Formats: sequence, C-alpha cells, structure tokens
Amino acid sequence: MSEVSTGSADGVGTVPSGGADSAAGRAVAAGPNGGRVYAAHARPLWRRVLVTREASIIGLLLAVVAVATVAVPNFDSPLTTTFLLREITPILLVALPMTLIIVTEEIDLSVASVIGLSSVVVGLGVQAGWPFPVAVGLAVVVGAVAGAVNGALVTFVGLPSLAVTIGTLALFRGVAVGLLGTTAISDLPEFWTGLTRENIPGTPIPLVMIVFAALALVFAVVLHFTPVGRSLYAIGLNKEAAAFSGIDVGLTKFWLFVTSGAVAGFAGVYFTLLYSNARGDNAIGMELQVIAAVLLGGVSIFGGRGALHGVIAGVLLIGVLGSALRLSGVTSDIITVVTGLLLIGSVTSARVLALAHQRRARPGRRGGIAQVPPG
Amino acid sequence: MFSTRRNTLGAVATAAAAVLLLAACGGGDGGGTADDGDVSVTFLPKNLGNPYFDTSNAGGAAAVEEFGGTFAEVGPTEASPTSQVSFIETAAQQAVDALVVSANDPEAICDALDEASGVGVKIVTFDSDTNPDCRDVFVNQATAEGIASAQVDLITEQIGDEGQIAILSASANATNQNAWIELMEADLEANHPDVELVEIAYGDDDDQTSFDKTAALLQTYPDLKGIVSPTTVGIAAAARYLSTSEYQGEVALTGLGTPNQMREYVKDGTVEAFALWNPEDLGYLAAHTANALVTGEASGPGDSFEAGELGTFEIDDDGVVLLGDPFVFDADNIDDFDF
Repeated sequence: MSEVSTGSADGVGTVPSGGADSAAGRAVAAGPNGGRVYAAHARPLWRRVLVTREASIIGLLLAVVAVATVAVPNFDSPLTTTFLLREITPILLVALPMTLIIVTEEIDLSVASVIGLSSVVVGLGVQAGWPFPVAVGLAVVVGAVAGAVNGALVTFVGLPSLAVTIGTLALFRGVAVGLLGTTAISDLPEFWTGLTRENIPGTPIPLVMIVFAALALVFAVVLHFTPVGRSLYAIGLNKEAAAFSGIDVGLTKFWLFVTSGAVAGFAGVYFTLLYSNARGDNAIGMELQVIAAVLLGGVSIFGGRGALHGVIAGVLLIGVLGSALRLSGVTSDIITVVTGLLLIGSVTSARVLALAHQRRARPGRRGGIAQVPPG
Repeated sequence: MFSTRRNTLGAVATAAAAVLLLAACGGGDGGGTADDGDVSVTFLPKNLGNPYFDTSNAGGAAAVEEFGGTFAEVGPTEASPTSQVSFIETAAQQAVDALVVSANDPEAICDALDEASGVGVKIVTFDSDTNPDCRDVFVNQATAEGIASAQVDLITEQIGDEGQIAILSASANATNQNAWIELMEADLEANHPDVELVEIAYGDDDDQTSFDKTAALLQTYPDLKGIVSPTTVGIAAAARYLSTSEYQGEVALTGLGTPNQMREYVKDGTVEAFALWNPEDLGYLAAHTANALVTGEASGPGDSFEAGELGTFEIDDDGVVLLGDPFVFDADNIDDFDF
C-alpha cells in the first residue's frame, strides 16, 4: 500500500540526493521525471512491498501470535482477542495522529495528560447532568483546544515540540487532577459504559474497533494518498526544502497538534467509559507506550519516514507480547524489560542496516546517499 | 540490490530474535488452570516489589500449600487505578478458581472483576476493598473500632494511664485517620478520665512536616507524656525526632507503623510498642477464604469456614471477613517481620 513514493517503505533508498536538491520531497511526490530512474524502483513491486521495515514488524507480529497460540495455554481463546483489543484501543487511537506528528519530526508528549483532562471533563459533564453526547463533544473540543495550545507554541512561537509538550504534559495533568482532586466520578451512564464492552455480533472484536478502523482509514488515506500526506514527509525530511516548495510548514504542524489533541480527547472518553471511572490521573504514562509503539512500527524519530500499517502492527505487537507473557505467568517487570529490549533491538537493527548500506553506497554512484534517516 | 538483501536479512533476523525471546520467556507452566482438581488461587496485590504485599503474598502461598492448591502471584509495577485490569483479564482467560485482589481503585477494576466472575472465578478482596457489588468477600484487616482501641490501650498503658497526650495525624481531612481519632477521643473520655488529649496536630503524611510538628508539640507542652500517631509516615518522623532529642524514653510514642520503619526506634528504646495488622496473616486468611468459596465450604453471608491455624471465621452480612484485632509489634517480635 504505502509504496516507495511515500518515502516510507524504504526511506534509505528513496531520498534523491542531487546535491542541494531543494525539492527532495516534491521530487519523490511528483514521481520520476526527466528520465530519472530511482534506485528503489529498479526493484520489483513485490519486493518493495514485502521487504520493508513495516513488513518485518508485521511478520514479527504474526510469528509471535503463531508461537503464542501453540505454546501459551489459553492464548487462543476469543477472550484474548477481546481483552487485548479493548485495552490497546486508546493507544491505537492516539498512535494515528502521533505517527503524522513524528513523521514531520515533531513529538506530542502531552497526549496522556489530554486523556486525563478529557476524562475529567466527561465526568464533570455527567455530574452536572448534561446529556452524555454533549459531555463527549465538550471533551473532544477541550482536547482539540489543548492540542491547539501545543500547536500554537510550536508553530507561532517557534518552540521545540519536545519542550512544549513536556510542559503541557505537566500542565494538562495538573489541571485535570486539580479539577477533580483525588476523587473519581464513576456514576456514568450504563448504556455507554456497557457499549465499550460489547463486541461486533458474532466476533470477539469490540465494537469500538469499527470507530478505530474508520479513523485509521482516514489517516492512512491522508498520509499515504494525498498531497497533504506527501507534504508531511517532505517537512520531516527537510523543512526548509518543504517551505521553499510552497508547503505552509507552520500551519500544517498546527493542525496536526489540534488533531492529536482531539483524538486524545476522544480516547479519553473511551478510556473513561471502559473503566467506568473519570479521574484526573487516568492513562498516566501512556504517552510513552504510544511513542514506543510508533517507533517500533518503523517511524523514524528524525521524521520523514514511516507508515501507518507498521505503526498499527507495532501497537498490536506490544499488546500481543504483553498478553502472551502475562498468560505464561511472566511478571510485569520482565514484560516491561522485554518490550524495552524489543524497541531497542528494532531501532538498532534499522540503524545498523542504514549504516551498512551507507558504507556500501560510494560517493558519485547514482542515488548515492546524501543523508540517511536513521531509526 | 545490496539494500534488498540486507533488508531481507534484517527482517528475518529481527523476527527470529523476537521469536526466540518469546519462546524463552513464554511457554512456561501457564499459571495453572484447575483441571486436575487443585484449587488455583492468583494473588493480585496493588503492585509488585512492595514489602507489605510480599509479606501478605507469602502468607497466601503458605495457606495454598496447606490446602494443596496452585498459587500464583501477579501484579503491575505501578499502583495506578487501571493497571490491575489486564491481570484480572488474564486470570479470567486462565479461568483460575479464585482471584485475591487488593484494589488500587474501588471502581476502575469493577467491570473486569465482573467479567472474571462471569467465567466462574471467585473474587476475594483483601487489604483494600472494591465496591461491594464487584467481589464475593472482602477480608478486612481490622475495624476502625479495633484500630482506635488498640492505640488507646497502648498509649495509656505506656504512660501509666494519666497525663497529657497529643495526636500526630495525617492531613486534617484524611477520612480514615479522622474516623479513628473520633473513636479514640470517645474511648479516652469514657475509660481514661486522667488522660488529657491536648492537641491533634497534622503532619500531612509528609515526613518533614510531621518531624517539625513533633518538635512543636514537645515545646508547646512541656508536660506532654505521650504521642499517638495513627499514620505510618507520622510515627516514623516522630520517632526520628524523639530518638535524637532529650525526650527519648521520657515521652512515649505509639501508633500505626511498619516494622521496617520502626525497627531501629524500638531497639534504641524510643518506642516501646506500636500496632498494625499482620499482613502475613491477612494473606493467609484471604487464601483460605478463597479456598472456602471454591470448595463450597462457605458461599456467602452467615457461613463459617476453617482458616488453618487462625481458626474459624464467619462471613458477615456485608460479605466481610474480619482478621481480628490489630497486631502489636514490640522488641520481642519485631525481628520476625520484614515489611
């Protein structure tokens, strides 16, 4: 699906390097012109699709599922699927906009705090007697406003998103906990809390996955099949070049942060309903789980590289691994260690491959590598 | 073409490594489902690596060994409201016979417990209860009355039943502490007319604040004979102040503390005795309660069951089993405990 032209499938081979080729992203987007042939396109289509970072994560996921099905008692029950999907849905949701943000070489560390804030807003709305959909709407709007604060500080003030969102991570969490104190609102409408535990009839798949699938489709189309998506890769690869190519870098990033906030707001509603519990400290620390999964899924922390199917596989891989290890009676500290090693291993292997490739690519050779996006 | 071959190799290598990793870690004994007639009990404390729960789990394991079941201990590394849910779900997938939980949050794990209950898992809470609808039985370590009277008994005995005492509490709006203090005041008034409670100070469960408040109490009331601190943070801070001051051995200190925090102060004579429950007994009783529910020896309010060396217990109308009076730690027994 996300072929080389997106700059995602095999970033190493696709960066045209014609010296100060200012329209790097553009040239990729526009496709070969003037008779240029890209090295990557010399490979057959099936290789370009199958031999990628994303494919290796998907392969790994399938391998883990296969091994767990055979070796781990109770793993092959429908309950496993239901519980697993239900629990990783907030991470899946937030990972969608996070992928886009990291592709543009930014980061949003405040997402889990926005989930907490949205959870409190829903809780207070219900407590105040508002109709539930109104409370949900307000929570999503609050999330979007929180995202707009991040976006404005990053784009209009020009601060690095790492610093900005570390600040708002604390700020939003503080506001959330401040609004509700240490109490929790658990008297939520039963119809809606019950809905989070319903499955698509006849399957072990939770209903909420329909919402996720729809959102994922939208994000995938935007990222991989529209000029907007191309511009995100261009920004991530070289933001000056992107700006000179006519992309409004600031505005694009601003709306990405707003989107991230709104999706986190929605995830906060889901989280609240799933655990029947509106609290300021909900989902504490989840930002790191999201970012770990996005990086595991093949997105480069340096921007310009990554694809959504890899990210989804990354989230699922961490989830499945945790589930299988828990079922095998492995303690949670070991599970955390395994997840950490997996992430380091995956990032390291990508880096080592890129370096090895770089060494092979002699200067002067057509398509020689000017810049290797690591990770 | 180099890149192609390398990427293929990389993909294969990564996949192989992870599969090996999983095979090495997984494929264990699977936590034990109970198709062999054994009663399988899974303990889920608030978090792992917590000496208090290590002690209660040891009690649980000892009980399970006595009645010949399978014991497992799982838990999150952090005690956050929702971190226990995935472990409850795992227990439901494994269809263990009973799950013994100390809840991080009374509501957040309720739905997950309901689902586990739905596949036949008996739910016992201990140490920290959930909403009563979400569990079969709660094993309570001590009642408010028991905690209050144990502390009044300790302090009045240590000061010879007359003179001024003060209370060093947690925060002014701490629910548990306030309930205990109210009961202690009533008990003092009714049964100890010569003991005067001069002040209730609040250390906010902060070590430094509690330390400073102890100093202030001793300066304000030169005739003070004793301090009661019904919070583990307060009693440790007060003991630290007393142990280095001229008041050591002169002003009695008691309250609720943990042996590891209080050991040096008991040994150096600052503190004669203090109270808390015994987490090992609590875990032991919780495991026996789980066994009684699984075997059908007890099924609900009004039923009694045997809990090994602790004797016979009854489930009360609220579905609660009470461990008993608080446990008093002193120089003779403190080295038997490590939590």
